[in-house]
Amino acid sequence: MADASQSLTLLSLFLPFLAAAVAPFLTRLFRHNAAWILAVAPAFIFVHFSGYLQAVAGGNAVSGGYAWIPALDANFSWYLDGLSLTFALLISGIGTLIVLYSGGYLKDHPHQGRFFSFILMFMGAMQGLVVSDSFLMLFVFWELTSITSFLLIGFDHAREASRRAALQALVVTGGGGLALLAGLVLIWHVTGISELSQLLASQDLLRASPFYMGALLLVLGGAFTKSAQFPFHFWLPNAMEAPTPVSAYLHSATMVKAGVYLLMRLNPVMGGTAAWETILPIFGGTTLIVGTLLAVRKTDLKQMLAYTTVASLGLLVMLTGLGSDKAVEAAVLYLVAHSLFKGALFMVAGTVDHETGTRDITELGGLRRAMPITFAAALLSALSMGGVTPFFGFLAKEEIYAALGFAGGWNSIFTIVALVGNGLMFAIGFAVALIPFLGGRVETPKHAHEGPVLLWLGPVVLSVTALVAALASNASHHYISTPMASAVAGSEIHVHIGVVPHLGLPFALSVVTMALGVGAFLFLARGRAAMVWLLDAIGWGPDRGFDQAMRGLLRISSHVTRIVQCGRMEVYMTVTFVILALAIFVPMTVYGEWPAVPELPVLPFYEWTVLAIAVIGLAAVVYAQDRLTAIVSLGIQGSAVALLFMLLGAPDLSFTQFMVETLSVVILALAMTRLRLTPSDHRPTGEMLLDASIAGACGLGLALLLLRITQMPFDSTLSDFFDEYAYVIAHGRNIVNVIIVDFRGLDTLGEIAVVMVAGLAILALIRVRAPKPAATHAKQPAPKKELVEG
Amino acid sequence: MRTVIFRTAAPYLTSLMILFSVFVLLRGHNEPGGGFIGGLIAASAIAIYGIACGVAPVRRALYFHPMAISGFGLLLSALSGILSVFFGVPFLTGLWTTPHILGVELALSTVMVFDIGVYLVVVGSFTSIGLALEEREHG
Repeated sequence: MADASQSLTLLSLFLPFLAAAVAPFLTRLFRHNAAWILAVAPAFIFVHFSGYLQAVAGGNAVSGGYAWIPALDANFSWYLDGLSLTFALLISGIGTLIVLYSGGYLKDHPHQGRFFSFILMFMGAMQGLVVSDSFLMLFVFWELTSITSFLLIGFDHAREASRRAALQALVVTGGGGLALLAGLVLIWHVTGISELSQLLASQDLLRASPFYMGALLLVLGGAFTKSAQFPFHFWLPNAMEAPTPVSAYLHSATMVKAGVYLLMRLNPVMGGTAAWETILPIFGGTTLIVGTLLAVRKTDLKQMLAYTTVASLGLLVMLTGLGSDKAVEAAVLYLVAHSLFKGALFMVAGTVDHETGTRDITELGGLRRAMPITFAAALLSALSMGGVTPFFGFLAKEEIYAALGFAGGWNSIFTIVALVGNGLMFAIGFAVALIPFLGGRVETPKHAHEGPVLLWLGPVVLSVTALVAALASNASHHYISTPMASAVAGSEIHVHIGVVPHLGLPFALSVVTMALGVGAFLFLARGRAAMVWLLDAIGWGPDRGFDQAMRGLLRISSHVTRIVQCGRMEVYMTVTFVILALAIFVPMTVYGEWPAVPELPVLPFYEWTVLAIAVIGLAAVVYAQDRLTAIVSLGIQGSAVALLFMLLGAPDLSFTQFMVETLSVVILALAMTRLRLTPSDHRPTGEMLLDASIAGACGLGLALLLLRITQMPFDSTLSDFFDEYAYVIAHGRNIVNVIIVDFRGLDTLGEIAVVMVAGLAILALIRVRAPKPAATHAKQPAPKKELVEG
Repeated sequence: MRTVIFRTAAPYLTSLMILFSVFVLLRGHNEPGGGFIGGLIAASAIAIYGIACGVAPVRRALYFHPMAISGFGLLLSALSGILSVFFGVPFLTGLWTTPHILGVELALSTVMVFDIGVYLVVVGSFTSIGLALEEREHG
């Protein structure tokens, strides 16, 4: 039984990717109706994970997994407690509706299949992120969500705004991902733990470590960028360039909550410190206020919702940071409520856009008769967003004020922040839900009528769920809120709040919020004008800052490139060889490792003869008048050396050297004749002397180095080993060959891959019809180098 | 360079060298030689043929693009290592079999296949560079 459920969970983790693989084919066969088939995948996952509700509500965490790379202690493992299970259910449940919605929204789009593929891949990544137990998996899935989000935002890649938004999101969240990686590595290094479940059991280990602050800042770097906290919030509204299903799914219900998930996950082991309780509420509170104020400025439905999402994420971070039991309960309730109402409102905005051709709030009105179902869903969601009983948002808001209202002290600042933020969000929520539908009928680019079932199903299900979950609050607390809050707090918490308002401070604050909200709603147009004026007066924002930073980066890199790659062969060669000479002489001087003067060896006359040939070859290279003669003379010297190897009993080496010499003479000669060079060398004397001294220094240095090395006592461990075992283990008597193909086979495999890639590169260089002959320079040194390596 | 003597001798020289290169490749495990040296000899042989008779006949004779030969060699080497998966030993472990064919004991091994891969990579890469350079020369 346990095994079956284990494999089903594994299947659930891979299912979205499988569905993504078949999505284009299904879409080709069934067009937009493929959505009904594809939605089975997330629905199956939802049902599968629902099966764990009972166990998790009983206080047990479900974990499982497989050893992945046991040698590195890396596991493919998952951990399902109240927190990850709730996320998993939200992702798969909303995912099912989003897939259906995409079927209607992108109906007859030429790339609908690709879209399904992307969004299912994202679903798989997000699913993996929240259930991951090992740090490695967590990070991989984290980055995968960034990458799939990039693909989805840039889905409409023909538009420049889309491409920019996609790149911006990738840079910001991907950069944050790197910080997270560093943070996870640091945590792993400090605690020796690489699994979240073990980390959660480690109590104060992390908090007590001297590296706590560093780890905290790095993890926050990841969480804040992902969850669009001020000042990294700017990518989220820009991401609204994506098709609306993406905005509804990634940029409100799921992906942007990954940062909040991470903070909630780590709260039991990193939370509760002064740093945690200062940084998080301050950044969260700032984001809440900034987000709502910026939302007021916008007239685009999606932009308004996007900024309130930023604000909501701020609220969640603030509550998580405050960390009291009530605050955790409030964060949990608000997170669930937000996913439901914001997902629905985005889909409503998309439907309005889809059916009318505009989503500018000033150009919409009177749609209630044309789109009654959409209007109803919008209204229900706005009521939940505004925190009106009996919706789930009401429970959340009561808990928020219960957490803040009684805290006192300097927390009362956060109470005011929450009041203002919630009031403005109330206003925006109703603006989105009411203004397009009420009032007189306004002419829209398209003639408006109710969308098809695929379009209204999602918002209706989500908004009704918010109502039912609140009415059946006992059940939803038992299965969802209580286990999740307990997981976040790290200790048992019971959530009790119901839909019946109780007179008291929280309720009073709720009433104040609504009054504020109604006021803001009535003066929305004036507030918008004021905000536009204010932002124009400031004139600079992180969005523009991002562009400036990117431009600066480009300028610096092109500067560096110009310095490092000036494009002149002489400079490259000079630098290379000067560095070679320095690399030889500096260590020798510093460590005093000069070779002793060698005795003149006693050699038979024929060995002297061969040596003499080599020297004559060298002299000929130097004195040669034209290049071809120099190349051939170099070959003479090389062949003489090969002969020496032969005489000294290294036939393999000699063999190779002969062939290398022959081939390099041929290739150099061919290459040289291709270059439009003068046949002889006309360097000015000064340059000639400089080059000669560099060459001399390199040659002398190498000679001294070799002398020194041969004067060291010879360590024969390796030779003895190969001598002894070459035949016994590898069945070969030629030790050199046995080393190449057997003992160090992997090295050779790498080397032949290099040979092939170098060959391809050279081939490409030769084939280039370069306007400048300079392009072919690079091909000369390559062949020889690769050969000698082998 | 295209003298009559050279052009007449080149095909014989080339075929002899290629034959020799295969010999060097196969004896490599016990005597001096091996895939690398064998490959270099074969590449020189092909270069000689190219210089003597032009690039087009060489390309015709090779049939495959030299880079494809190189790629096949790399694939062959990698596959010879992957075979070890089925025997539960680490990647690239040498596996040997000595069947008796026509009464002669033959030592076949993945190591030999690996070396043939090395040979092909070297021949392919250097031939494609050489031929490309010669082609530009005359073309």
